[in-house]
Amino acid sequence: MREITYRQALNEALAEELERDPNVFLMGEEVAEYQGAYKVSHGLLQRFGPRRIVDTPISENGFAGLGVGAAMVGLRPIIEFMTFSFSLVAFDQVVNNAPNMFTMSGGQFNIPITFRGPNGPAHQLGVTHSHATENFYASVPGLKVCTPATPRDAKGLLKTAIRDNNPVLVLESELLYSSKGLVEPPDEELLIPLGKAEVKREGSDVSIICYAQTVPLALKVAAQLEEEDISAEIIDLRSIKPLDEKAIFDSVAKTHRVVIVEQDHPFCGVGAEVCYRIQKNIFDQLDAPILRVSQEDVPMPYNERLEKAVLPNANKLIAAVKQVCYA
Amino acid sequence: MQPVEQRDEVEMLSLMLLIRRFEERASQQYQAQKIGGFCHLYIGQEAVVTGAIAAVSDDDYVITAYRDHAHALARGTTADACMAELFGKETGCSRGLGGSMHLFDRRNHMYGGHAIVGAHVPLAVGMAFAIKYRGEDRVTLCFFGDGAINQGSFHEALNLAALYKLPIVFICENNLFAMGTSVKRSTSLKQIVDRAEGYDIPGEIVDGMNFREVRDKIAEIVDSIRKEPHPAFLEVRTYRYRGHSMSDPASYRTKQELEKYRLDDPITRLRAQLTREGKLTNEQFDLLDKRAKETVLAAVKFAEKSPQPPLDTLYDYTYADGASP
Repeated sequence: MREITYRQALNEALAEELERDPNVFLMGEEVAEYQGAYKVSHGLLQRFGPRRIVDTPISENGFAGLGVGAAMVGLRPIIEFMTFSFSLVAFDQVVNNAPNMFTMSGGQFNIPITFRGPNGPAHQLGVTHSHATENFYASVPGLKVCTPATPRDAKGLLKTAIRDNNPVLVLESELLYSSKGLVEPPDEELLIPLGKAEVKREGSDVSIICYAQTVPLALKVAAQLEEEDISAEIIDLRSIKPLDEKAIFDSVAKTHRVVIVEQDHPFCGVGAEVCYRIQKNIFDQLDAPILRVSQEDVPMPYNERLEKAVLPNANKLIAAVKQVCYA
Repeated sequence: MQPVEQRDEVEMLSLMLLIRRFEERASQQYQAQKIGGFCHLYIGQEAVVTGAIAAVSDDDYVITAYRDHAHALARGTTADACMAELFGKETGCSRGLGGSMHLFDRRNHMYGGHAIVGAHVPLAVGMAFAIKYRGEDRVTLCFFGDGAINQGSFHEALNLAALYKLPIVFICENNLFAMGTSVKRSTSLKQIVDRAEGYDIPGEIVDGMNFREVRDKIAEIVDSIRKEPHPAFLEVRTYRYRGHSMSDPASYRTKQELEKYRLDDPITRLRAQLTREGKLTNEQFDLLDKRAKETVLAAVKFAEKSPQPPLDTLYDYTYADGASP
C-alpha cells in the first residue's frame, strides 16, 4: 500500500482501463489538452492520444448522447461531466436513453457507459453548481450509482464501473480530490464491487450511515463521540444503487440505533430509502427512531455562513446521534 | 454486402408495397384495439427509406425516430416481428417491451425506433464516432422528421459530427408537419437544408416522392463518405397521407393539399417508370401487391397467436447482468 490522492487514484483507474481495453475512451470538456478541469485526466492525452482522449465543445447533451450511441455499437465510453450539475443539461440522455435502451430493445442493446465527475456541494459555488444528484439518478431503473469517499474506493469503483455492462454513474467529490489515502500498488489489480458497503470504523452504540463527502465528516464525529463514551459504527454505502442492505442491517442489528448523514436534500433523499428499508425489514431491532442529517431543503445560497448552515456538519450530526442514543 | 446497382428495382417496389400494406393493416388493428399506445404511420413516405436502403450496404447503421415501422421492414426485420411488436407480444422484434415507437433489430443493423424528438440524433453521431474510431468502412444513416430540427440535441449532434468529421448522413424526412405544426410555423428558415450550412455540412434537397432520385442522391453521398469520412445532410421532401398518429384527424391541412400529393404517389410513380421501361407488367404488379397483402395478413395472424411476454421476466431486461438492485 502507498498513499496517493483521490485525484491520482481516479487517474490510475482511467489509465489502467484505457490500457486494458481498446474499446474504452474518455470524452468530455477539457479532458485532453487542458489535462482535465480538476486534473483527473492529467497526462492521459500524452499517453493515449487524441483518438481516445477526446475534448468536446460545451455540449453535454450532445456528447452524453454520443457516448450512448457509441456504446450501442460496442465501445465503452467514459463521459466526464465537469460537474454533475451540468449533467442536468444532458438529463434526457442519462435518464431516457442510457438506462432505457436495454429494456426498449428487448435486451438487444445494453449500454456499457460510465458517466463520471464531481457531484455535490463544494465551497461557495452557488446554487447552480452545487447539486447533489445521487437521489435523482438512483431513482431511475437501469442506472447504477456509486459515490466513492476514499482514494482506494475511487480507484476500485471507477475500474469496476468501466467494466460494467450497464450505465454507471461515478459521483466523485470536488472537496475530496486532494485528500489522501492508502491504495494498493499499481501492479495489484484493485476492483471494488458495486453494491458493497464498507464498515469504515467499528462501533457498538450507533450506526452512522454515510457516503461520499459525509464519510470524512462521520469519521471525525465518531472520534469526538468516543471522548464522550459513545461508540459509533461508520457504514460507508459506497454504492447508492445497488444498495447493500445486508451491511446496513448487520450494523443496525448490532447497534440498534441509526443516523443517516447524506449530502442531498431531505425530500425523497437517499436517507429516506435507507430508512424505509430498515424499518420494513428489521423494525424490531430499532431502539430509537431513525434520524437523518441532510442539506436543508433550500437552494444553495452563495454566502459562506449560510452555505455552512445548509450543509450537514459535525454539530448537527452529534446532536442527531445523541438524540437516538437518548444521551 | 450487396452493391447498390444490384438492388433490384422491382424488389424495392415490392418493399414499398409491403410497407404500405403493413401500415394500412396496422391502422385497422389499432382501431380494433389490438395495438396500444401511439402508432405513427408512414403511408406516403415509402420512397424515402426504400430509396435510402437501396443505396447502402446491409451492415451500414440505420437509426430513426418514432415513425419507424418502415425503417425496420426496409432493414429486413420481418413483418411478423414488426406486427408482433405492435401487438406487444414476446415474438416482437423488441420482445414486446418497446412497442410501435421502439423497433430494434441488432442483426439487421436497425438501431431503433426512438420516441423523444431529436434525442436519437446524438446517438447516431455516437455510432458514426465508433465507425471512425475503429476505422471501419461503414456509414450511419440517421433519419428524423422536420420536427427534430429545432431541438438542441439536433444542433449539438450536427456540430459534433462536423467537428469530428464523422461518416453520417442526416436524412430529414420533411413531411411539412411536426404533429400539427407546419414547418412555416416552427422554423425560422425558408428551407430546412440551410440548417446544415450553419455547421459547414454539405446539404442537398431531394424529391422524396421519387424513389430513384432518393436512391441516387444517397448513393452519391455515401460514396463520397466512404472515400473520406464526413457528415452530410439531405432534406427529403415528402408527405404523409395520414395524421401525425392514429389519434390525429389532420384537420390542419386541406383535402386539396392531400390530393395533390396523392397524385404524386411514390408507389404509383415507380410502378409507372418500371412499366414504361418494360420491366414490369400489370399482372406482375398485381402479384407483388397480392403477396404484400398476404404477408401482412399472415403477420397479423402471427402476432395474434403469439404469447405475451411472461410476467416472470419482468425484471430480466433492466440490467444487462440480470441484477435488480
